[in-house]
Amino acid sequence: MNDFANAFTFFFDHLSLMGDKTLSHLEVSFASIGVAILLFVPLGVWLGHIHRFSFLAINVSNIGRALPSLAVISIGIGILGIGFANVLAALVILAGPVMLTNAYVGVNEVNPDAVQAARAMGMRSSQVLWRVELPLAMPLIFAGIRTGTVYVVATATLATFAGGGGLGDIIINESTYGTAGVIAGALTITVLAFLIDGLLALVEFAVTPRPLRQHGRRARVEAVVEPSLDAGGRR
Amino acid sequence: MIAMISPLIADAGPVIPKFGHASSCITQNKQFCASWFFDNFSSRFEPRLIEHIELTAIAVGIGMVIAFTAAIIAYKMNWFEGPFSLFSAFLYTIPSLALFELLVPITGINRTTAEIGLVSYTLLILFRNALTGLRGVPPETIEAAHALGLTDRQRLLRVEVPLALPAIMAGIRIATVTTISLTTVAAFIGAGGLGKPIFDAIQTGFKTEFLAAGMLAVALAIVVDLLLVLLERAITPWSRRRLQAT
Repeated sequence: MNDFANAFTFFFDHLSLMGDKTLSHLEVSFASIGVAILLFVPLGVWLGHIHRFSFLAINVSNIGRALPSLAVISIGIGILGIGFANVLAALVILAGPVMLTNAYVGVNEVNPDAVQAARAMGMRSSQVLWRVELPLAMPLIFAGIRTGTVYVVATATLATFAGGGGLGDIIINESTYGTAGVIAGALTITVLAFLIDGLLALVEFAVTPRPLRQHGRRARVEAVVEPSLDAGGRR
Repeated sequence: MIAMISPLIADAGPVIPKFGHASSCITQNKQFCASWFFDNFSSRFEPRLIEHIELTAIAVGIGMVIAFTAAIIAYKMNWFEGPFSLFSAFLYTIPSLALFELLVPITGINRTTAEIGLVSYTLLILFRNALTGLRGVPPETIEAAHALGLTDRQRLLRVEVPLALPAIMAGIRIATVTTISLTTVAAFIGAGGLGKPIFDAIQTGFKTEFLAAGMLAVALAIVVDLLLVLLERAITPWSRRRLQAT
């Protein structure tokens, strides 16, 4: 337990180092999350809107989940070499699928009555998407972004093996920072993962339309369980 | 071993390993030297692959015992769900490399440490899916079982668990695939498995080894995922029939 006490001493003695590494960790993470959101969420929303390619949209997250993170980074090093591009590509590949699936399921499963009512009121297809489907799908879309984000922040620790920087630099370098440093780094990344998960839970609540809020929590739990059930042949 | 990694990355120049035939492909560190891979598969990759499967099987096995016991307790006593969900979600959120490093001062650099970490990641998914499955059993079915005079234990084993199987199997599938992924990272604290050649490659910069080990881990995950889908279909034939009926 003495190691853990030393870790706290290390943390406060090296505040600027911890700060720098945390910042570069967040930089890599947010760059990857940004790219993943831009690429995968609109695709999922669009597929859900046209109700097509459900097999692909639902199963892609199973493949995404099946990919071992370190193996993806390793393949990335083999092809792209050491550096930011490799880390970015790996993290986008790992985080994107869950965002796509949740966006698809969210929009695809909007109550058809609500969509028909909107059409009957004379809304165009794009209006139905923006004013009816997207607001109703928001909790699930955001649940996917939240899951993907927490995954990326956690996995970005492995980016150090590909020269991506971040808190992983401290965790794997015992010879420089000592056991205390390794533990301090591990604790920092753990706290960071919890903070980000908590913050996103608040944002998730904020983007959920008021009438849907009491079901918000249930929606997230189902998001984790349901797509996997689907792939098991239920639908 | 830990200390060696980063200084070598900084040098960037590939340090070619001393084993195998030094063909021009290897000395120039080309993209993928297939002949080296096939020559070295049985000595360098096969044992790691087997280790990887062992580590995963042990972790998922122990995780199932803990998580299913907890799920049955939570099914009988609702108050238990909250604390166990919170506990397993807490473990699940800790980044893997960090969890392994935090366990090392307590349990040392060995396989036990790796297994403790791996088991703790399986709990949330197995528990949540098993409980969802058990709670999804229709009340009419449970009443029918009562009416037939089944005891609590018989009802659980013959009615509730079989009906919850699709959800339970889905949980086992996700947990297994996740464990295969995390086992790669566990090589960092000396657990062996397919992560070992990846960490070797990080020290040497040998591209073929990066690709071979990475591809093998990906292939293992995908093959196991598919096998579990087939197993799930084989042991729950009624769930497909129900699908056709509705």
